Formats: sequence, C-alpha cells, structure tokens
Amino acid sequence: MSALGELGSLRGKKPVGQKKDNLAGYLFLAPWLLGLFLITIGPMVASLYLSFTDYNLIQAPKWIGLENFTRMLSDERLHNSLRVTFTYVFVSVPLQLAIALLLAVVLDRGVRGMAFYRSVFYLPSLLGSSVAIAILWRQVFGTTGLLNQVLDVFGIEGKGWISDPSTALGTLVVLNVWTFGSPMVIFLAGLRQIPTMYYEAASVDGAGVLRRFFSITLPLLTPIIFFNLVLQIIHAFQSFTQAFVVSGGSGGPSDSTMFFTLYLYDRGFGNFDMGYASAMAWFLLVIIGVFTAANFFASKYWVFYDD
Amino acid sequence: MTTETLRTTVTAGRTGAITWARIRPLVIHVLLAGSALVMLYPVIWMVVSSLRPGNEIFRDPGILVKDLRIENYRVGWHALTEPFTRYLLNSAVVVLGSIIGNLVSCSMAAYAFARLEFSGKKFWFAIMLLSIMLPIHVVIVPQYILFSNLGWINTVLPLIVPKLLATDAFFVFLMVQFIRGIPRELDEAARIDGCGKASIFGRIILPLMIPALATTTIFTFIWTWNDFFSQLIYLTDPHMYTVPVALRSFVDSTSSSSWGSMFAMSVVSLVPVFLAFLLGQRFLIKGIATTGIK
Repeated sequence: MSALGELGSLRGKKPVGQKKDNLAGYLFLAPWLLGLFLITIGPMVASLYLSFTDYNLIQAPKWIGLENFTRMLSDERLHNSLRVTFTYVFVSVPLQLAIALLLAVVLDRGVRGMAFYRSVFYLPSLLGSSVAIAILWRQVFGTTGLLNQVLDVFGIEGKGWISDPSTALGTLVVLNVWTFGSPMVIFLAGLRQIPTMYYEAASVDGAGVLRRFFSITLPLLTPIIFFNLVLQIIHAFQSFTQAFVVSGGSGGPSDSTMFFTLYLYDRGFGNFDMGYASAMAWFLLVIIGVFTAANFFASKYWVFYDD
Repeated sequence: MTTETLRTTVTAGRTGAITWARIRPLVIHVLLAGSALVMLYPVIWMVVSSLRPGNEIFRDPGILVKDLRIENYRVGWHALTEPFTRYLLNSAVVVLGSIIGNLVSCSMAAYAFARLEFSGKKFWFAIMLLSIMLPIHVVIVPQYILFSNLGWINTVLPLIVPKLLATDAFFVFLMVQFIRGIPRELDEAARIDGCGKASIFGRIILPLMIPALATTTIFTFIWTWNDFFSQLIYLTDPHMYTVPVALRSFVDSTSSSSWGSMFAMSVVSLVPVFLAFLLGQRFLIKGIATTGIK
C-alpha cells in the first residue's frame, strides 16, 4: 500500500503475462529518466566529488582530500547544529505522533462530525510549512506576542520565548507538533483496516477500553506507526523554513535554532563554501540513511504484521 | 458554554440517570472542539489582527473586531520594492508551470511502471521509490552550479524544468497506485480495437485517472506555493521574488511597527492554500491516506 511496503514486496511480484515492449516502456519513462540522471544522480555524484574539494563558485574546485570531513570533526558550530537538530527530531516527532494517534483513535470511535474535525485538524499540516505561519509564530512567541498577552490575562508574566535561547527551539517543536494532522489521517486510514470482529470478541470477553487499545489497536497499528515514524523522522531532519524565518535567518539566539540544514545553507549560500556544504549534505544523507536503516532493523522487534 | 450544553442534554435525557455512557459523546465533542479552537486560534487571531489598526496586535488577544480597517492591506501591498501583485504573479507562474510539468511527466512515468513491461522495470521502480526520500540538500549545490552555468538564476526555470522531468517522484508513485486499480480489461479491449500503447494511455488511462491528477494538482499547488528553500536560493532579484521569498524579506526589512501590514500580506499568502484546501480536501485526504506522505 505505501511506498515502504512497496520496497519490501518488490521481490515477490510475479511478472504479468505480457510481451516486453522496451521501446514503449523507455519512451514513456524518458522524461523521468532524464530527470533522474540530470537533476538527481548527476548532481549527487557531483556533490560527492565537491565534498573532497575547496570550491567557492568562482575559482575551479581544488582537490583537498578528506580535509572537509576532518574540519567537520572540529567544527563546534556544526556539532551544535547536530545537537539542535537531534533534539528537535527526537522531541517533536514522538510528541507529534502520540497526539496524532490519540486523536485518530478518538475520531475513529464513530464521533459525529468526524469528517469536519478531521479537516480542521488536518489544515495546519498544509499551512505549517509556509513562511506566513513562521511569521505568525515569530509574533505569537515574541515578547509582546499573543501568548504573553493571553498569559497576562491570567496574571502570569511571560517572557520573550524566541529571544531566549533556552525556549527558542521549543517554539519550533510546538510548530512541528502543530502539524500532526497528516500522520493522523494516515492513522485513521489504518484504523479502518482493523476488523471490528476483534473488538466485538474482546468486548464479549469483558475487555475495557484501555485493554482493547493496548491488546488490539496498538499491535495491529504498529506497521502504520512505523511508517509514520520513518517518514516524519526523515522529514524533520530536513526542516528549514520555520527555523530560518523564526530566527530571522540567523539560527539564533546564540545558535539555539541553528538546524543542520540552516548551517548548510549558511556555509554554501551565505559564504559560498560549496565544498564544505557538499560534505555536510552527504553527511546529512548518511545520518538520515543510518536512522532509517536503524528504524527498519528495530522494527523487527516491535512491528507486528498480521499475515 | 460547556455547562449550558451539559444541562440541555441532562434535561433532554428524560428520567434516566446521568450515566457516563450518556454524557461521554458530549465530553468528547467539547474536548475535540476545544482543541480544534486552540489549534486554529492563532491563525484566526492573525486574520482578525490584520484587520485592526496598527498597534492593537500587541494589546488585544481577543478575536472581536469593532471597526474593520483595511489600511494594513493597503500599506502592506506597497511596502516592498514591487507591489505585492508582482509576487503573486511570480508565484502563480511557478505554480502553474510545476502543475503542468508534474501532470505530464509523472503520468507518463506512472503509466510505464503500472502497465508496460520492459527490461529493468523493477530496478527503476526501486530507484524511483528511493528517490522520494532523498533530501534535496544532497543535490542542491551542484544543481545550483548547473543552473547558474545555464544562466537560469533569477528565472523560474530552475523551479519548473525539474518538474517537467518528473523529479517529484512522490506523484509518480501516487499515480502508479491509482492506475493499478483500473481494470486491465479496458486496456485489453482497446488493444483489440487497434489502439497502440500511446492511445491506450491517452484515451483510456488518462481520462480514468482524473482523481489522481486532481490530487496531484492540489498537492503540487500547495507545496509549490509554500515552497521556500529552492525559491530562496534561485530567486535573489527582488523583481523575481515569489510570495514566500517576498514575505521573508518583509521580516528583514521592517521594524516591529509594521506587524500589521506583515500580517495582512501573510493572510493574503495563505488565502490560496486555504481555498485549495476547501475545494480539494476530498482528494487531499485520500491522497495522504493511500500514499502516506506529508
């Protein structure tokens, strides 16, 4: 059903009894193949090469071996950007998925007006990546922003949430959690697949709401949880716009919202240090690859396939 | 409001005792509506604030408007080097080009993967699935070099040409899924009637996959409209700015006193997304439910 499931099941597919037609096949595939080589694989190879060079766009790239990578080892700002990114990913993704799952389960229990609530909760997922919402966040969590105005009504004194390095990242976590709507819709689709007879049988046996959730819903939903986890982690590692706009392009205050992607942009397009930026990009690809692989590996121990 | 609705149901419950089973749906509705309101409150407040005179943004956390003012819109529209119309038009060109590109190139690739048999198909299909998950950062530097050598910086070409080459592989996957659901007997019948591969695609598959094309159109519209990273990199001339890049330059170039007009233009930028959502939510929800991305 999903892209991940497809990858797993590729090997088992039987060929359909149809004559091969290479000409037609490759003609229809031509635009995609052209794009794959010119826009994706070509640049990937080029960026791998550039990662071993010193290149500023003006002079020709100069081969410097592993220097970019050894430089990464001692680059304090890069280490900080990794810390910030990891914190962001591993705090916001579990929170986001937990809320998505909770609401999906509540909505799946035949709530009237379910379609309406689903749409309302889904809307932020579409808005969340826009610059406009980042601007809104800058205001809401600012010193004189909406949050502090509301707190003031209750007599609580707020602070500059974005200008304080200890809370700035938190505002971005909130923003990512705010977009829980799309994993929620995927959870809802998954919940539909669970046969109601399981619940009926459990009710007959006297299982309560919680018991049914932990013994039926959760195990049967683990493939979908896994799928959402993989996607949202990949997605969160690449976040850029929100941190960029909320921090005014600086990753501040004191680098507290300096995502890895922001630092990459700063090196590559702020300082035209293209060799180093390419090395960073490949490092990001490796990080995402490692976490995705680890996710797949760990899934053997907790994801339950009902077939 | 909570207690009032509670009371009405209790009286409506005639003689029966107030059981948990009876008030449970109500409690759930109150909680759901409450959380929906909390979630959307900042956005509603932004719309309301954009219609208020200047400094109220820093004073009024409520969402009641006493006198409606559009001065923020008038000021915001002309606050940057170009009138906002210019940025809307630039964005519209990029969005339109991307939609056409995705529809044409992704549907062709999807037809090949879903219906045609050719050597190496499984291999390319696996590559296509993997490319969905590839971070743009790995290719952005050489892409930038390539497009700048072609003289394409500050044109819309780096944003549209890749779409013509089906680099948004997510949509290829979405369409493959859809085409697989179309009965093969239809292709077969057309083939017997003398249709070649191309006319089966044009006359049978394309008309039947309109829902998938609609989903692609709406997602492309929203994602391209919101896209910031690549537009920020390729469009540096204020004349070429799209809406997100222009909004961002607004943040840089203005003092805190112009929050009103910044809010106004932010609202303007969200309106098309909101309309696309209203018109297309059926396709959007189906699209994510079956393919599971974003």
